[in-house]
Amino acid sequence: MQIALFIIFGLLAVAGALNLLFQRHPINSALSLVVVMMSLAVLYWSLGAEFLAAAQVIVYAGAIMVLFIFVVMLLNAGEEDRTHGSKIAYIAGIPGAAAIVCLLSYVFLSNRQQLGTTQLGGYLSSSVSNISEISHTLFTSLLLPFEVTSILILVAILGAVVLARKEL
Amino acid sequence: MSTNLLAILPELILTLTGIVIMLAEPLIAPGKSRKPLGWLAILGTAASGLAAFYQLQICNAHGTITAFYATIQVDAFSVFFHLLIAAIVLVTLLASLDYFEAGTVTHAGEYFALLCFGATGMMFMTSSVELLMVFIGLEISSISTYILAGFRKGRATASEAAIKYFLLGSFATAFFLYGIALCFGATGSTSIAAIAAGLTITSTPLLGWLAVAMVLIGLGFKVSAAPFHVWTPDVYQGAPSPVVGMMSTAPKAAAFAVLLRFLFSATPMYRSHWILMIEILAVASMTIGNLGALAQRDVKRLLAYSSIATAGYILVAFTASQQDAVAAACFYTAAYAAMNVGAFVVLTQLSGFDEKLRSIQDFTGLALKRPALSALLAFFLISLIGIPFTGGFFGKFYAFSAAVHSGHTWLAIVGLANSGVACFYYLRVLSALYSRPVTDTLSDTPTTPRRVTLPAALALTATAAATLCLGIIPNHLLHLVQRATPTTTVAATTTSPVPTLTPR
Repeated sequence: MQIALFIIFGLLAVAGALNLLFQRHPINSALSLVVVMMSLAVLYWSLGAEFLAAAQVIVYAGAIMVLFIFVVMLLNAGEEDRTHGSKIAYIAGIPGAAAIVCLLSYVFLSNRQQLGTTQLGGYLSSSVSNISEISHTLFTSLLLPFEVTSILILVAILGAVVLARKEL
Repeated sequence: MSTNLLAILPELILTLTGIVIMLAEPLIAPGKSRKPLGWLAILGTAASGLAAFYQLQICNAHGTITAFYATIQVDAFSVFFHLLIAAIVLVTLLASLDYFEAGTVTHAGEYFALLCFGATGMMFMTSSVELLMVFIGLEISSISTYILAGFRKGRATASEAAIKYFLLGSFATAFFLYGIALCFGATGSTSIAAIAAGLTITSTPLLGWLAVAMVLIGLGFKVSAAPFHVWTPDVYQGAPSPVVGMMSTAPKAAAFAVLLRFLFSATPMYRSHWILMIEILAVASMTIGNLGALAQRDVKRLLAYSSIATAGYILVAFTASQQDAVAAACFYTAAYAAMNVGAFVVLTQLSGFDEKLRSIQDFTGLALKRPALSALLAFFLISLIGIPFTGGFFGKFYAFSAAVHSGHTWLAIVGLANSGVACFYYLRVLSALYSRPVTDTLSDTPTTPRRVTLPAALALTATAAATLCLGIIPNHLLHLVQRATPTTTVAATTTSPVPTLTPR
C-alpha cells in the first residue's frame, strides 16, 4: 500500500513539475505547481514527517500559491511569448537538467551503503510522534526565537502600512 | 526578577516602548506634532541603556547570565554592544526629533517605533548564542532598516534605496540562513557552543567550511564589505540622513558582534580557512572603498564608500588572536559610530529634510554661513581620516597593531596605504568647506539657517565629546572591551600568548 502511494504521488509530482514548465499560460503553471506541492506533502507524510506535510499544505499549497495566483490575476499576465532567449533556455536547460539528474542519482546510488534505509510508513510503529517532539522543542529550547518572531511580524506589518499608505 | 526577564531586559524595554508609541500614535490628532512620541522613544532607549548597565553590574557580581535554555547569554561582550546600540539610537532619535517638523511626513510616529524595534533586533543579535535567534534578530533589524531607508516617500532615490536594500538584503540573509542550515547539517545543532564541540568531531568537515563561507557572505553584506558592497552608495544616498547615520553604524556593530562570536567561538578550528577569506574581504573593502570614494561628487555617497573602507579596517583586526581581535574591533566600531553618526547629524542639520546640499561643490564656503556646524563636520572628517587626538586615530592604531602582533604586517601596510588615499577625499570636502565661494550661488541656495534646536545640539555635543574622549583617553573604553572577550571559547583553542595591546 505504502509503496503504491509512493509511486503514484512521486509520478504525480514529476508530471506536475513537467507540466509547470511546458504550460504557456501562467495560471496553468501556477495550478500545476499546486499539484507538485500537494504530492510532495503526501511523500513527506509517507516518510513519517506529518508536521512537515501539514506545513507544506498550509503554507505552500495554501498561502503562497494563493499569493502567486493573486499576483498573476492582478497583473493580468497573458500567454508567454516565445523569444530568442527562451530557445536558448531550451537548448541549455534540457542537457543541464539531465546532467544534474545523472549527477544526483550517481551520488545517491554510489553512497547507498552509508545513507541507510528507511521504511515507508515506519512512523506508524514509532511510539513518539514527531509532532509532539517538534512542539516540545519549539516551546522549550526554542521558546525565545518563537516568541520574538512576533516582533518580526509586527515590524513587517508596520512597514507595509508606512510604505503603502497614501500621504494625506 | 527572574533570570530570563533580566537577561532580555534592555530588549524588553525597547519593545514595550515601540508598542506604546504605536498605540499612542492614533491618539494624537493628524497634523499635530509627533514630538512627544519621539521623547517617549528617547526615554525608552535611555532606559534600555541603563538596563544594559544594570546587567553589567549583575555580570560583574555573579558572572555570565544565561537564559531561555541557553539561547541568550549576557556577558561583558553583549553589554558593550547593547550600550553602543542604545547610544547610537539615542543620538539618532535626538537628531531626528526636528527632522520631520519641516517636512510633510505624516508617519513620524512609526519612524520612532521602527527605530526602537530595529534596536531590539540588533540587541538580540549581540546577546544570543543560538544561531536561529541571531537570524531572527538580524531579520528584525534588517526589515526595520529597509523601511527606514525608504522614509522620504515620493522621491525616486528613496524608493530606489528601499527596494535595492530590500532585494539585496533578503538575498544576503538567505546566504546566512543557508550557512546556519549547513552548520546544523554538520553538527546537528544551531547553538554556538554545540557547533564548536560538534565541528571538531564531525565526519563531514566540508559542510562546516561551506557554512563558514555562507555566514561570511551573509554578514559581509550586512557590514557592507567588498565585494558585497554594491548596495551601499545608492542606499545611503536615498535614505534620510539621520537614518544613514544609524544604519551605517548600529546594524554593522551588531553584525560584527555576531561575526566575532561565530568565528572565534563556534569555528575556531577552521581559523586557517576563514582567515584567508577575512584577508580577501579586508583588502578588497579597503581598496574598493577608498578608490571608489575618490571618484564621488556626492557627499553622502562619499561617506558610503568611506564606510565600506571602514568595514575593511575593522576586518583587518579579525586576523589577530581572539583577545586582540575583539578589543580592536569593538574599539573601532565604537569610535566609528561616534564620528560617523556625528557627521550625519551635521549633514541633517545642514541640508534638512529635502537635502538641498548634495555635492561637494554645494559645501563650498559653508564655513562662512554656518561656522559652528562646519567646524564640527571638519572635526568628524579629521577623525575619519585618523589624525591623532581623535577616536578614529586610536581605532586604526589598535586595528593595525592587532594585525601586526599576529604577523599580518602586510595587511597593516595595505591599510596604512589606504588611509593615505583616504586623506585625499576627506580633505577635498574640508577644503571646500573653508574656501571662498567661487560664485555667489550660496546666497540663493536655500541654506536659510535653520536654528540648531536643543535636541540636535545635544546629539552633536554627545558625538563630538565621544570622538574627542576616545582620542584623548581611550583607556577606559579599551579596558572595557578587553574584558569583553566572548566567554564561550572552547578549550581546544589554545592560542599562543600574544602581547596584548597597551593603551598609550
